[in-house]
Amino acid sequence: MKFRKFVAALAAVVAGATLVASQASAADAKEQFFPLLSYRTGPYAPNGVPWANGKQDYIKMINARDGGVNGVKLTFEECETGYATDRGVECYERLKSKPGVSLFDPQATGITFALTEKVPNDKVPLITLGYGLSIAQDGQAFKWNFPMMGSYWTGADILIQYLGKKEGGLDKLKGKKIALVYHDSPFGKEPIPVLQERAKMHGFDLQLIPVTAPGVEQKSAWLQVRQSRPDFVLLWGWGVMNSTALKEAQATGYPRDKMYGVWWAGAEPDVKDVGEGAKGYNALALNTSGQQPKVIQDILKYVHAKGQGTGPKDEVGQVLYTRGVIIQMLGIEAVRRAQERFGKGKVMTGEQVRWGLENLALDAKRLESLGFTGVMQPLSTSCSDHMGSSSARVQTWDGSKWNFVSDFITADEQILKPMVKAGADKYLADKKMTRRTGADCQS
Amino acid sequence: MFYRENGQFKTSYRADQQIFPIAQDRIAVVALLLAAFVVVPALASDYWLTNILIPFLIFSLAAIGVNILVGYCGQISLGSGAFMAVGAYAAYNFYVRIDGMPVLLSLILGGVCAMLFGILFGLPSLRVKGLYLAVATLAAQFFADWMFLRINWFTNNSSSGSVSVSNLQFLGLPIESPMSRYLFCLSVLAVIGLLAKNLVRGAVGREWMAIRDMDVAAAVIGIRPMYAKLTAFAVSSFIVGVSGGLWAFIYLGAWEPAAFSVDQSFKLLFMVIIGGMGSIMGSFFGAAFIVLLPIFLNQFLPAAAGLVGLQISTASVSHAELMIFGALIVWFLIVEPHGMAKLWATGKQKLRLWPFPH
Repeated sequence: MKFRKFVAALAAVVAGATLVASQASAADAKEQFFPLLSYRTGPYAPNGVPWANGKQDYIKMINARDGGVNGVKLTFEECETGYATDRGVECYERLKSKPGVSLFDPQATGITFALTEKVPNDKVPLITLGYGLSIAQDGQAFKWNFPMMGSYWTGADILIQYLGKKEGGLDKLKGKKIALVYHDSPFGKEPIPVLQERAKMHGFDLQLIPVTAPGVEQKSAWLQVRQSRPDFVLLWGWGVMNSTALKEAQATGYPRDKMYGVWWAGAEPDVKDVGEGAKGYNALALNTSGQQPKVIQDILKYVHAKGQGTGPKDEVGQVLYTRGVIIQMLGIEAVRRAQERFGKGKVMTGEQVRWGLENLALDAKRLESLGFTGVMQPLSTSCSDHMGSSSARVQTWDGSKWNFVSDFITADEQILKPMVKAGADKYLADKKMTRRTGADCQS
Repeated sequence: MFYRENGQFKTSYRADQQIFPIAQDRIAVVALLLAAFVVVPALASDYWLTNILIPFLIFSLAAIGVNILVGYCGQISLGSGAFMAVGAYAAYNFYVRIDGMPVLLSLILGGVCAMLFGILFGLPSLRVKGLYLAVATLAAQFFADWMFLRINWFTNNSSSGSVSVSNLQFLGLPIESPMSRYLFCLSVLAVIGLLAKNLVRGAVGREWMAIRDMDVAAAVIGIRPMYAKLTAFAVSSFIVGVSGGLWAFIYLGAWEPAAFSVDQSFKLLFMVIIGGMGSIMGSFFGAAFIVLLPIFLNQFLPAAAGLVGLQISTASVSHAELMIFGALIVWFLIVEPHGMAKLWATGKQKLRLWPFPH
């Protein structure tokens, strides 16, 4: 009897599944589709959620305010990756063949690495704003990757420049001890070559302290910090690792004002729980936060006021939320740019969107009309430069909000360019590929 | 009626000793292979091939490997993720460091490295048993995690610690399209699966089972525990190593040590327990359950909610996915503690009598 019941249950499930499968959504031909990879669960969720909300809300706002891009409606579907590479690959494969697919923002370095090998075959671009593969800045080697506004290498470089400025000159860093407390994954390891290069140039002592992912257990890392008492700690964390590090620093008695985080360790979820304990902690900032910018006001007006917001209203305009908005804006602007060339009011293919990403030119005027004045730096990409701009500011947490403490610092091209080129050449050689030709840039 | 071996007389030792002595089994296996090699590629979409069938095949292979060690030889192992990692990284090193290295050969050599690694970490099994051995093999897991994170040589000095392969070829044919990748995995699985099936029926397999059931008694009747345990470790880690290579090369393309974390070890152990210990068939069931159910739930839940007019967010879908998945595991273990393979066996038994049960 038990067996029969089991077979019946199995049959019911299979029947249900086929019913659902047969209900595949009938897609409209005139829709530009944005697959949204996100993580709303797991140890990285506190940071993944505002990012994902920003992306969704901006799409909703553009649809509500402008009716899409030149009449092409924007659609999206979210897929939960949990920050895991295999689930991310699954999401990518699931969403990549939907009609009108534009681009992917994997939201995780590990997933970016895996997708980098897949996108050239599928002809869908990847946008990895401020993360991903640093050498992908070289657009002649990485046709489909767009690490816009910065990579881990530019981030590391900007931090060292700032520390030099603070000490009164980069030569003053000689003999100083700088510790990198990093997430032990490609994300955390990426900045190491640049820091080593800088350490060689300026004669500071670089100490590498890995933290096992996801970073909830950091006692031994901070014991090392306590023993060596570095002059500065660079924090390369994500998700729960950041708030845990700040709590550990507090417990160890390491001054927070000597800690500098990357832009992924400089958002509200990282410091809010630590509150006063995080006072004085510094981090890089790619973008502003707050609800004053026009674009955020528009999101509040067209999306949240109608009760269609994705997350809580008071989290709109947070650091990572705003970054999500910027990422989505760049994607949509790439579609708009592509439409200028390939036909207004048409749905763009992945290849056409890629051209749009490669030929973006967002000057101050264009940013103003988009409502992004002051939110981000102007940006323009080209065939050889897929980054567009590489400046960031340093901000400090005062216990209740982030305040900027520096002007925009631009990463040093002199140092990074040869490294990017050498890295890209090695990548191409390993893969037995060649650089893109000038003719390929035109297409 | 359909599944009855009455009247199938064996007139030679050869006929009695073949892998599938019952004619219906032989037909079923041939039909299954035909379906997998011919029908599935013709019908399945790219998404099905890449995301459902390839992971299923690779994890079935890994589960067969773990089943040999845990199910047949009774040595609990929590180091399967490490064996996968060794297989993947060794294959990677053979592939990128030696010019013109064929993919298949590097995967096999990766499996051989995993085998050596497995024998090394199988040595404690000669002294410790049961849960203690599980802890000892856990050391393999942490050791592999450490090794591939810290020793740059293994990752070809990649600055980020992430490695990747592309432009895979087999006998001059590119393994790029979902179809070719599927067929490649399927061929590897078919060959190794049949070999494993054959192995567990033979002298070695019987030694493993004797050790599993009672090692003292086995030693008394002349089975060398060291030989039996270490061969189980060797064969198991070879198969797991090859599957690790396939997972890295064919499915991920680019990977980091986190792809073979301790989670992977647990997953493989669960596959074996849920699928059925000591059953090759059970490995397939277990892999299907653990690999496919989360993906199925993830897509089924929003659609099912849509049917009754509900919108559920991605977050609640993934929470519900975890809860339902967990509940199903518990339910299965209560309903059928011997795993899904036992259900299969019961089903076969019923088919024997059908349509006239007692």
